[in-house]
Amino acid sequence: MSQVLIETLMSAPYVARFGVRLERKGNELTGVLPFADHLVGNPLIPALHGGAVGAFLEIVASASLLASQPLQRLPKPIDVAIDYLRPARAQDVYARAVVARSGRRVANVRVEAWQNRIDAPVATLHGHFLITPGQDDTAAD
Amino acid sequence: MTDDIQSRLDSIAPLIVDGSPHAVALGLSLKALTPGRAVMGARYDESLIGDPDTGTLHGGVVTALLDHACGMAAFAGFGAKDTPATLDLRIDYLRPAKPGLDVTAEASCLKSHGLVAFVRATAHDGDPDDPVAIAQAAFMITKASKLAQERARRAYTEGRME
Repeated sequence: MSQVLIETLMSAPYVARFGVRLERKGNELTGVLPFADHLVGNPLIPALHGGAVGAFLEIVASASLLASQPLQRLPKPIDVAIDYLRPARAQDVYARAVVARSGRRVANVRVEAWQNRIDAPVATLHGHFLITPGQDDTAAD
Repeated sequence: MTDDIQSRLDSIAPLIVDGSPHAVALGLSLKALTPGRAVMGARYDESLIGDPDTGTLHGGVVTALLDHACGMAAFAGFGAKDTPATLDLRIDYLRPAKPGLDVTAEASCLKSHGLVAFVRATAHDGDPDDPVAIAQAAFMITKASKLAQERARRAYTEGRME
């Protein structure tokens, strides 16, 4: 758990502007991207911008890595592969990540985003992140 | 034929950023749009910082820029008729963009036939030979994008989007 870095990540100008929230229940972390007009990519469908959905998935991946272990620095993306499964409609998006493997330098993460139904994902991300494992910064954890 | 596509691209160019609220919010700009190729830029802005300690842009900005540039290259590759939807987007982040520098994405449509287009793109912060990220993406003409395109065409001919 890297609480201080999660706060750093969530208060970074770009992330704060996005309005992303994290909801934590036990060790399960859900990212919430509240709908906003500026997230729309194509107003004629209307659908959220693929880049906005991709960025949200990257934020949830980073937050989940920070929540799952103590790190010294924010994870840095090495590569990401995003699959767009359905058009993301003009409403809130949710996402959860699974850390498939977390080593001494590299973590492998999968994230799934959904809107109305968790079993009908709108997009998935599979990515590798550079990490720097460190000391736990939450005494009670 | 190519001139025909080019004139269509020129006529639609002002809508490529202004018609997309998220592209406007990120401050993206269109630098060039020719059949099968799109060049777009993202200005460095403090509100787009992802790591306050280093001042680098958030990876998501580069993701959105590459997605948009690739989508436009696919659109141009499809003959500027239908707006394609992203099927997948794969990005390698070679290095962080240098704080203070604008990022440019150059996307080329390698192949488009039927309903699918394949696009490759590079993002750099000044030197195209020293990219910050490379991307490969596939796009598809979907029913939703076809319907949206029809609405856009109607709106355009009625003069509402000029």
